[in-house]
Amino acid sequence: MKQKRSLLEKAAAVPHMVWIVLFILGPLLFVLYFAFTDTKGSFSFSNIELLTSYSHIFFLSICFALVATAFCLLIGYPLAFVMARAKPSSQKLLMLLLMLPMWISLLIRTYSLMTLLDNGGLVNSLLTAMGLDTVSIVGTGGAVILGMVYDFLPYMVLPIYTSISKLDKRYLEAAADLGCNGFQTLFRVVLPLTVPGIVSGITMVFVPSISTFYISQKLGGGNFDLIGDTIERQFKYASTYHIGAAISLVMMILILISIAVMNRFSDGDGEEMIV
Amino acid sequence: MKILSRTYMWVVFALLYAPILVLVIFSFNDGGSLSAYTGFSFRWYGELFRDQVALQSLKNSFFLAASSSLLATVIGTFAALGLDRMRNRYVKGAVNSVTNIPMMNPDIVTGVSMMLLFVALGGMLGLGDVLGKWTMLIAHTTFSLPYVILSVMPRFKQFDKTLREAALDLGCTPAQSFFKVELPAIVPGIVSGLVMAFTLSLDDFVISHFVSSPDFQTLPLYIYNQTAHNVKYSMYALCTLIIATILVLLLAVNFAGSVGDRTKRRREALK
Repeated sequence: MKQKRSLLEKAAAVPHMVWIVLFILGPLLFVLYFAFTDTKGSFSFSNIELLTSYSHIFFLSICFALVATAFCLLIGYPLAFVMARAKPSSQKLLMLLLMLPMWISLLIRTYSLMTLLDNGGLVNSLLTAMGLDTVSIVGTGGAVILGMVYDFLPYMVLPIYTSISKLDKRYLEAAADLGCNGFQTLFRVVLPLTVPGIVSGITMVFVPSISTFYISQKLGGGNFDLIGDTIERQFKYASTYHIGAAISLVMMILILISIAVMNRFSDGDGEEMIV
Repeated sequence: MKILSRTYMWVVFALLYAPILVLVIFSFNDGGSLSAYTGFSFRWYGELFRDQVALQSLKNSFFLAASSSLLATVIGTFAALGLDRMRNRYVKGAVNSVTNIPMMNPDIVTGVSMMLLFVALGGMLGLGDVLGKWTMLIAHTTFSLPYVILSVMPRFKQFDKTLREAALDLGCTPAQSFFKVELPAIVPGIVSGLVMAFTLSLDDFVISHFVSSPDFQTLPLYIYNQTAHNVKYSMYALCTLIIATILVLLLAVNFAGSVGDRTKRRREALK
């Protein structure tokens, strides 16, 4: 039986639709508008052409984000695997331990890492106490990548953990029965079956890594200009909105393309994204 | 092998928690240094509670989180209802994809795009500098909407449609059947959407950074400004209090969840 929709049901989504047109599509149209106009408001490609002088920044950001994502995957996959195979009674505690850092502000976590590694920080005081030379960690590219890995590792672990724990245990038994050893089971059975988890983990680490500005400011000591820093500067301090909009537009397109490519690998299972 | 993998897990967790623990411990440090511990004291906590700016930003954060999460929950719940009843698949798909844009986009792009809208509209309408409390409210509501809809939508989908028909048969008007029969079944989804929106708003820094003005600071913005210049040591106390609050809340949710599970299991066992 097809029911008639009441007025309430017909109109319920209208405020939301108005809202998202005004405040989601509207802002994106303004990004487009600013990216393709000059300061006088006439149409021009000059901002896009200017982007070539920012290509090294794009390159550096992509490299940093890729390296950080790779480290997160290398560290996070085994962690998720071990967590998923722990006793059910301890899994709750482990989940709590994993979730807690995700709820603590990124600012606090990044800043606490910085104070730990700083020249006058605890790590260096310990080194001095042991009679060793101090090392300046903050201000190097390694520190920026370390910051990204530290901040975003839980975002890699969580979807992979979910993926592994949903795995049917009988597959593992079947693999063992058919003569796989532990490593073969991992690489030929578990890994391929958890690709959707890996894909959403990669997305959840790569996107914030490539767009960060706080991590590079704090741990890079101002030595590294990433895309995020450049955009932040254009909008917060220099008020050069047009070039800032062009950079944002290109970054957005880059990210949307990489998400689309990644989702090809995972049969478009959007469920994991939400976790 | 088992010992090896256990060790690996605990080492990673230890590294994950080390900086946070150091921060917490040194917030009780009398000397106000992050490398030499000179004695236990609540000095910085006292200082924090005398810091008017910090207290004001805490108030602002809660005001903003409460109002934006309520607004997002109302709009989002009705949106989920409308989307659930919508027959035109293309409109539905379009609305869903536009709603999810802030979830896919990096926060910085969402932030600058909204800033451009506000600045440009403010200029066009001759309002001058519009950034502040109201632009923050709009931005926070916007990025919370997809999460509210995501937690309410499944409830509508799972709802047994025959119950609605029964209510109509028994003489309810469609509006009555919605408010008396369907809404109570949707409430858990609404509550979790509200909580989600509230925490997202409390936590947001990047988007707020672009759509705010110095006269309306939230807690994350206050922390950012503190860490940008010379840090007052009371900030460590503030961070410790935030971490403690999150820990208590997470434990409470976990505990409530396990109690809920237990009663549910018991009820099932009785059947």
